Amino acid sequence: MNSQIDLDAITDADRRVLEAIQGGLPLVPHPYAEIGLSIQMDEEEVIERIRILQQSGVIRRMGIIVHHRPLGYQANAMVVWNLPEEQIEAFGNAVSPLDFVTLCYQRRADLPRWPYTLYTMIHGKDRESVLQRVETLVELSPLKQQTDYKVLFSSRRFKQQGARYFNQQRTTTTQNDGATQHHPAP
Amino acid sequence: MRNASPVPVLDSINHNLINMLQGGFPISENPYQEIANKVGISEDELLWRLEVMKTDGIYSRFGPLYNAVALGGAVTLAALAVPEKEFERITELVNAHEEVAHNYQRAHHRSPTQFNMWFVISTETADEIGQVIEQIEAETELTVYNMPKLKEYFLELKFVL
Repeated sequence: MNSQIDLDAITDADRRVLEAIQGGLPLVPHPYAEIGLSIQMDEEEVIERIRILQQSGVIRRMGIIVHHRPLGYQANAMVVWNLPEEQIEAFGNAVSPLDFVTLCYQRRADLPRWPYTLYTMIHGKDRESVLQRVETLVELSPLKQQTDYKVLFSSRRFKQQGARYFNQQRTTTTQNDGATQHHPAP
Repeated sequence: MRNASPVPVLDSINHNLINMLQGGFPISENPYQEIANKVGISEDELLWRLEVMKTDGIYSRFGPLYNAVALGGAVTLAALAVPEKEFERITELVNAHEEVAHNYQRAHHRSPTQFNMWFVISTETADEIGQVIEQIEAETELTVYNMPKLKEYFLELKFVL
């Protein structure tokens, strides 16, 4: 993660661009020109600012934010791992390249009740395929079957909305947790 | 699983598009034309396909994914152990906070714990996270467990079709 971003370097003009695109790009041949029209900025400047914002890490990426379920990914589990501190990084590096691991975070434990520090989101066509994939991860963990981990399937989703950065809309999505991509990434 | 819907028919061109567009999008004057050229279709057809897939709910949005922390905001993952018969009432209290971005009921497979409600809190400033947690604790009379991110492992968004 790029944590060296200088907030003061984000200008008012940058914020106008970020606000104008947070709901998504228009499906027209010159989308950046159309964005510019709404904020009195020409196409070239919009493109340049977005490029810089992406290079500096303010925009993580541009692209499509998919809904998992219509694509056939009906099941997801958040799998949490309680690993010795010195083994967390090696395990994270080993599992994050696997294509069914869609998020991988190290988080602070909330002791004494919650000692888990590595969080992986596993998607699959159904619960059975998710569980098979979890087994693959268990085999990659230092303690194999003795590993302390929990598999938390989502049973209901109550709310999924984008995080809000700008006052007008709430349509922005961060890569936070499940889904959503949806689901995110706190 | 609830809301199981039939998988829409996606042809190979749409498969290619989704795989490609999860990885990024050109920042240039004619970005759709560039993508269309790569896939081997016209720009008109590409725009039409994106419209249809949006309408069909294949994707939610086409645009930027922001780094909340870079914008001065803060995000955390929080959990509650909610007594089963209180679940609906507590859900309403938690979701009433506009800073709560996602909220999932999660059931533990084979190794039950009481942490059954998991939600993301996203605020415009770092200080507000603690305030929201305090409010939720006061309203629900439950302890909010807070698991802020320490490190993110890089991975591509990869729903490979």
